[in-house]
Amino acid sequence: MSVFAYGTGLWLVLVGVFGVVRSRNLIHTVVCVAVAQSGTYVVLLAVGYQRGAVAPIFSSSSPPGTPVVDPVVQAMTLTDIVVSATVTALLLALVIQVAKRHGTIVPDELHALRG
Amino acid sequence: MTRTARFVVFGIGTAVLVLLLGSAVFHLPAFGGTSHPYRDSTVTAALQRRAPNVVTSINFDQRGLDTFGEEAILLASVLGAITLLRPGKDETQRQRVPNAGRMLQGTRLAGYVLLPISLILGADVVVHGHLTPGGGFQGGVVLATGLHLSYVAGSYPALRRLRPLRWYEYGEAIGMGGVVALGVAGVLAGAGFLANVLPTGTFGQLVSAGTVPLFSIAIGIEVASGVVVLLAGFLEQDLAIAAKRGSR
Amino acid sequence: MSGTWTTALPALCVATPVAGSCVLLAAGRWAPRWAVDAIATAVTVLAAALATLLLVATTNGRVVQWAGGWPPRPHLTVGIVLVADRTNAGLAVLIFALATVALLFGWRYFDSVHAHYHALVLLFVAGMAGFALTGDLFDMFVFFELMGAAAYALTGFKIEDRDSVQGGLNFGVVNSLGAYLCLTGIGLLYAHTGQLGLPQLAAALAGHGDSPVVLASFVLIATGWLVKAAAVPFHFWLADAHAVAPAPVCVLFSGVMAPLGCYGVARVYWVVFHGVIPDSAAHRAFLVLGIATAAVGALLCWTQRHIKRLLAYSTIAHIGLFLIGIAALNRLGIAGTSLYLVGHAAVKGALFLLAGLLLSRYASVDELDLYGRARDHKAAGVAFVLAALALAGLPPFGTALGKSLLDDAGGSATLTAFTLAVSAVTGGAALRVALRVYFGIGHRPRIESTADVATGADEEPDTAPTSRTPATMAAAVVLLLAGGLAIGVVPGLATAVVPAATAFVDQAGYQAAALARSVAVPSRVLDTNWTVSGVLLGLLAAVFAVLVALTGLYVRTIPVWLRSGLHVLHRMHSGHIGDYAAWLVFGAAALAGLLALG
Repeated sequence: MSVFAYGTGLWLVLVGVFGVVRSRNLIHTVVCVAVAQSGTYVVLLAVGYQRGAVAPIFSSSSPPGTPVVDPVVQAMTLTDIVVSATVTALLLALVIQVAKRHGTIVPDELHALRG
Repeated sequence: MTRTARFVVFGIGTAVLVLLLGSAVFHLPAFGGTSHPYRDSTVTAALQRRAPNVVTSINFDQRGLDTFGEEAILLASVLGAITLLRPGKDETQRQRVPNAGRMLQGTRLAGYVLLPISLILGADVVVHGHLTPGGGFQGGVVLATGLHLSYVAGSYPALRRLRPLRWYEYGEAIGMGGVVALGVAGVLAGAGFLANVLPTGTFGQLVSAGTVPLFSIAIGIEVASGVVVLLAGFLEQDLAIAAKRGSR
Repeated sequence: MSGTWTTALPALCVATPVAGSCVLLAAGRWAPRWAVDAIATAVTVLAAALATLLLVATTNGRVVQWAGGWPPRPHLTVGIVLVADRTNAGLAVLIFALATVALLFGWRYFDSVHAHYHALVLLFVAGMAGFALTGDLFDMFVFFELMGAAAYALTGFKIEDRDSVQGGLNFGVVNSLGAYLCLTGIGLLYAHTGQLGLPQLAAALAGHGDSPVVLASFVLIATGWLVKAAAVPFHFWLADAHAVAPAPVCVLFSGVMAPLGCYGVARVYWVVFHGVIPDSAAHRAFLVLGIATAAVGALLCWTQRHIKRLLAYSTIAHIGLFLIGIAALNRLGIAGTSLYLVGHAAVKGALFLLAGLLLSRYASVDELDLYGRARDHKAAGVAFVLAALALAGLPPFGTALGKSLLDDAGGSATLTAFTLAVSAVTGGAALRVALRVYFGIGHRPRIESTADVATGADEEPDTAPTSRTPATMAAAVVLLLAGGLAIGVVPGLATAVVPAATAFVDQAGYQAAALARSVAVPSRVLDTNWTVSGVLLGLLAAVFAVLVALTGLYVRTIPVWLRSGLHVLHRMHSGHIGDYAAWLVFGAAALAGLLALG
């Protein structure tokens, strides 16, 4: 079970990078970067899980003292999600301008920066 | 490099990485285990500060500097995206955007009803961040996307009326400035940057947990304004910006 | 100055530029251009002052700040720690000083620029300062992403230029992938130790280092920072980004952003992984990476005709030399790298600003196209020649002093010869550009076919051409050159850098200072200053640089084997994002191999 949980996250990261390597479309490339990042969410959240524990929010139904899952990795994932969303937006803005200036979004056809 | 060469390079690299990560995975603590030392410390600290939502307490109190950095990332990305999507020297920005076509009356009504409800919901999520799942980020995104119901169920000119961009840029500045002010207030009180310096109140009340709700509100304002400005950049690029006649 | 204010300085150094960008964002719509420039420059000057106060405070030991008022307590150490020692306080001063000069240059360099540019520069600078000053691994990641986000936007700033937007995209995708690999490593390390702060991680790993998890996490974390440092084979994005970003932004990129990657790797290694990863493995890994980076950078630098790309490859070569300094795994190596880094930042910054002047005047940065065209600007030519010789390691510039300390740390004659060759080749390439463009020396070049390489012949300038160089732009160049000279000349700077390096490699001291424990720190005093051998090697490097430059100017035929080898190397630098990602994975695997074998 451990191997499956952590392995899923690591697989997503590697598959995201593979997507960037074989991509023929810049929007697909940017989304593959987001896929790689979602792999990190899975790894982080898998690290923090505890069997039988509840969400780390105390209320009348789960008073202080109930075992909770690790809130630190949840906080890290929250930060990670914001970073991902905003950087994806930035990269997509760049893709829009590339499409306008080069007339194509196929990486094989972009020849401006060589050597 | 040819496509084959690229795959060969990637293949060699991945094979070694899979070996490395594979051996690491077998030595990690078991999934679902009970040993989480940092969790125990943060739960104790959050309860000391009367914050039932431990994740929010970590984000806005214990590891507040991370959130500060993350807000700055949001600000930088939004600024960067709208700088990149500005009208170029060979482009113009139309002031009047043609209407997109017919909209069903039922859809329009649903939009009018849901828009204020979304805004109230977003504000609720922001303000109750220290008590319930939520907080500045989540609430800010709900607020921003709620505003765009006027575009989805209405029309682009309707959105433009609700969205004088200048005010949202001020909103971003106020939000981030609010976080900096909270940080400096901590320094002035002698407790440290972004320290929780207000009284912590009673567990579970709206006004409790010190500066956490204030931090959450500042973040909510910034995220909402930032996402609106970001979407405005993309929508303007698609609908309003066009090449000048004779330039391409 | 009271204790609370001193401990608040690290966070204030990061908060000040952020506050400045908020002010600019609010005021940008209605304030006139001069006000925006003034506010931005004033903010960086203020931040530089704060950083200098911090540097002065670190003479008495590390300045430790637990952000959020969460001091370390048994079983309740939850906060984020900021630890300023002399090395990263010095880096903070360098960051803000370079930013001030870059903004000063931009006063007249940009024709019309919105306040968003200044706000982005301030956020970029805040990210770099945060990365340098923090002592928490996840916080390092957050500030790394901050400097990345601002940098991607600043690289693609000239949206009308097709090269800029492609360069920005390449930069963005590769650095993001590197950052996410790093985050995976942080997650694995957190799983193994349950901690995120550097001192706590060091305490948790001491004695528990024998695990593949530790190796895997170090490989992934180091990959992320090395992508920023542009070590081979993670270096492809740097040439693209520097070729297209506006010149003042390139000053910051080459001067301090890429070297911060080296700082990050060195800091994480020395505080957390030293003693856990075998010394021989770490030494071998850094040395091999450093040599490969320096060699590739120097070769590609010499064969470029695009001036900004040439300077970018010379930065890569010097990053290789910094890594060789870190590979020595002793305080002398760190001292040499720190000094060399600062000297290099000043000199490289001056070179980029001069390239920006060429671009603004002639709308071209193609060395062959500009042959002899800048003959009217002899003053700039002299500055370029001086900077190129300083890059090669001419004493008494700071670069020469740093290089001599680095050679002493390595302690190997072959390594000294190698660093001499690399600095001579890169300095010689820049010198060749200066002589060709400003003095018209050498045969008139044949304009050959350009299937392989970017030429820079049709770049978009950032401003309308002017005949006389505006005073602010000239002042910026002079300030940087003077700074580079001052590093080597100011008495006591060389001796001041050694305690900084000693503190940097003092693993137990860092932990103790951060976690408020006391430990006795023995320190042997080391005397370092200009040595006769250092001065001689520096002069030799300058002479070789002149020879290299003259070879480039007068020799037309290259042997066939060299030509085909260079052709293959150029073909690998294709500008294709898929290639870069493949090499990223390959590089991480190579690092793992270097560390694991033995």
